[in-house]
Amino acid sequence: MAAATATTASPLQRAQARLAYWLVAPATLLILLIYIVPIAMVIAASLTDYTLVSDYFEFVGLDNYRRMATDDQFGNALHNTFVFAAMFLPAAFVVSLVLAIAIQERKQFRSILEVLYFLPVTSTLAAMALVWAALLDSRQGVINSAIAALGLPPLNFLGSQDLVLFSLALISLWSTIGFNMVLFLAGLTAIPKNLYEAAAIDGADHPLDRFFKVTWPMLGPTAMFVAITTSITAFKLFDVVAIVTRGGPDKASEVYLYLAFLEGFEYFNMGYSAALSLVFLLLILVFAIIQAVVVDRRVHY
Amino acid sequence: MAKLSLNRICKSFGKTTILKDISLDIEDGEFVSLVGQSGCGKSTLLRVIAGLETPDSGEIRIDGARVNDAAPKHRNIAMVFQDYALYPHMSVAENMGMPLIMARLPLHARLPLLRHLAPAHARERPGIQRDVAEVARKLRIEHLLDRRPAQLSGGQRQRVALGRALVRDPKIFLMDEPLSNLDAKLRVQVRREISELHASSGLTFVYVTHDQVEAMTMSSRVALMQGGTILQMGAPNTLYGNPDTVDVARFIGSPEINILPGTLENGVVRCGEIALPVAPAGGGGLRSGPVQVGVRPEHMVLETVPELAYPARAGRGLSLTFRKRMIEDLGGEVLVHGHLNGHPEHDVRIRAQKSEAYGSGGSLSQARDWEVRVNPAHILLFDAGGMRLRAEPVLADTHAEPAALQGGLRKKLDLV
Repeated sequence: MAAATATTASPLQRAQARLAYWLVAPATLLILLIYIVPIAMVIAASLTDYTLVSDYFEFVGLDNYRRMATDDQFGNALHNTFVFAAMFLPAAFVVSLVLAIAIQERKQFRSILEVLYFLPVTSTLAAMALVWAALLDSRQGVINSAIAALGLPPLNFLGSQDLVLFSLALISLWSTIGFNMVLFLAGLTAIPKNLYEAAAIDGADHPLDRFFKVTWPMLGPTAMFVAITTSITAFKLFDVVAIVTRGGPDKASEVYLYLAFLEGFEYFNMGYSAALSLVFLLLILVFAIIQAVVVDRRVHY
Repeated sequence: MAKLSLNRICKSFGKTTILKDISLDIEDGEFVSLVGQSGCGKSTLLRVIAGLETPDSGEIRIDGARVNDAAPKHRNIAMVFQDYALYPHMSVAENMGMPLIMARLPLHARLPLLRHLAPAHARERPGIQRDVAEVARKLRIEHLLDRRPAQLSGGQRQRVALGRALVRDPKIFLMDEPLSNLDAKLRVQVRREISELHASSGLTFVYVTHDQVEAMTMSSRVALMQGGTILQMGAPNTLYGNPDTVDVARFIGSPEINILPGTLENGVVRCGEIALPVAPAGGGGLRSGPVQVGVRPEHMVLETVPELAYPARAGRGLSLTFRKRMIEDLGGEVLVHGHLNGHPEHDVRIRAQKSEAYGSGGSLSQARDWEVRVNPAHILLFDAGGMRLRAEPVLADTHAEPAALQGGLRKKLDLV
C-alpha cells in the first residue's frame, strides 16, 4: 500500500519535483565545476607521475605519498610551517583580543581606531609585502636604522635563517590582527551588558574576574572561530613567502604550500604536488571537523 | 536592618535629564514600589541605589552611611534584573554561589588554574555549597542545581535569580520589573511568593514596576514617578483614594478614572448634569475657573432597574443619565462604555457587576439610556493644571429638603 502511494504521486507532486530539480541544477553544476571536479582531478593526478613538461604519464599508485615519508624537503616544510604557526597563532589571537577589549571600552575614537587597525586587511598583501621587505631590509631598512639609532647591532630580518620565520610572522600578524579584532569586537558587543552589572552586584568587579567570569566564557564561540580561521591562515601562508623570501635563505622559510608550489610549477612534478595539496586539504579538514564538533558541544549554552 | 534615604538625587545622560531632584526615605523592612510609565526614571533610580549608575548630584545613604562612592558589592544590596541576567555558562548552583565565591575567596583563589594551588579554595567550597543548597531548598529549586539556565523555564529562572540575590544575605533587595517576562498566571503566583518572601525575611525591598496592580498589591508604600520626579508617595490606598494630582489618579486604578471637564463658579462645580456645591477642605477659598472632575469607574453605580434597586441602596447620590455605547464582558464584571447624557464628549467607563448590568430580566443590555448614581464623596476635583482641589461636597443633612441644593441640581441629587 505504501509502495503504491509512493509510486503514484499526483501530477502536481511530479511537476513540483521536476521544478525542484531545475531550481537546484545551476548551483549543483557550479559546485561540481568549482569544487568536486577539481578535487577529483587532484586526487587522480596525485596517483600519477604527471609532469608539466611531458604529455606522457603513468599511474604510480601511492608512490607520491610514500615519497613524502622520506622527503627531507617535506619534513623541512612541515617543520617551518609549524614553527611559523607557533609564533603567529598565539600572537594573532591574544593581540587582537587585547586590542578588541581595549577598543571596546573606549568611548572616543573607537571607530577611528577600528578603521586604522582594519586597514591592513583591505590592502593587497602582495604589494604590502614588498613594502615590508623594504622596511625590514638589513642595510637600508627603516627598522634597522631605528635599531642602529639605539646603538644595537643591525638585525638581518629576512636574510638570517633564525629570524626569517619570525619576520614573516610579524608581517602576517600585521595583516591579520585587524580582521580578528573586528571578529572579537562583534563577539564582545553581543555580550549582554547586564551580565557585567549582575557580576558587579555579585562582587565580580575586578577586571580579572570580569574577564574570566563573564567575557571569556561568553566569547567562547567567537574565540573558537577566530582560533580555527587563524590556524587555517597560518597553514595557508604562501604569498609573503613567494614575494619576499622565495623560501630562502637556504629553505629556512620554505613553508608547506610554498613547497607544493615549487614542486608543481618550478620542478613540474605535478603528481607529487597534487599529493602534497591533498594532504594539506586533509589537515584543513581536521580543523573544520574540530570546529564543527567542539564548538557545538562545548561553547554554546 | 536597613534604612535607605535618597537626598536630592539628579541624573542626566548627555542632555537628557532622567532624575530631577529626587528625595526619598525608605524605612527598615518596608516594601516600596517605584511605579510609572516607561521612561519615567524608575529603573535609573533603582540603578542609582544599586550603584550601577553614579548620580550627578545628591546623596545616597544606607543606614545613615553615605554610599555614593561605594561599589555595588559594598552596599550590601542584592538585585534581581528584569531578564534575570543569569550567567548562561554556569549551572544553577554556580550562578547562586557566585556572590559567595566573590565574598569569601581571595582573587588568586578565583582565577582559573591558579585557584587549584590556593588552599582557601578547597577550604571554603563546602561551606559555599551548603549555603547555596539551603537557599535552594527554601526556594524549592534544589532539584535544578545542576542545570544550566537555558534548560529552565521562565519561572524557574526567576527563582534562581531570587536565589542568587538571597544567598548573600543582603540588607536591601532591589527588583527591576522581575515579573514582566512571566506569563499572566505565573505572574500572580510569583507576586504572592515575593510578598511572602518580604514578610518572612523582613528585608527592605525596593521594587520597580510599570504595572500599578503589582505596586498596589505588594507594597507597603508606592512612589509614583513621572518625568524624573516623584508625583506622590504613600500607601497604596492613599494614592488610590486621595491622589494629589490628576496624573496620579489616572495612573492608579484600573480601568482608568473618568475625567470630565467642568467649571467651578461661586462654590458650585458644574459639569453637564452635575451641579455640586463644594466647600474648601480645611479652610481657605476656592478660585473660580475650569476644573477637572474625576469619578472612578467602580464608583459609578448603574441603576438598571431603578424601582427595584432604589430602596436597597443606602446613602445619597447624584443621579445622572447615561447613554450606553458598548459593553465589555470581563467575566464576573462588565465594563460599560458610553457618555453622559447630552454630552458626547463626556466619555465615561462604568464598572459593574454583571448581574447589575444585565438585571434580573437579562434584557437590559438592550437599553440605550440608563441612570447612573454617584456618591458625591467619591468625586475627585482637580484644577485646570491637574493639581487636586481640596474640596468637600456640601450636602444638606439626610433629611433636609433638596432646596438646599441649587437650581437644576435639585431633581438630580437624590436624598434617601
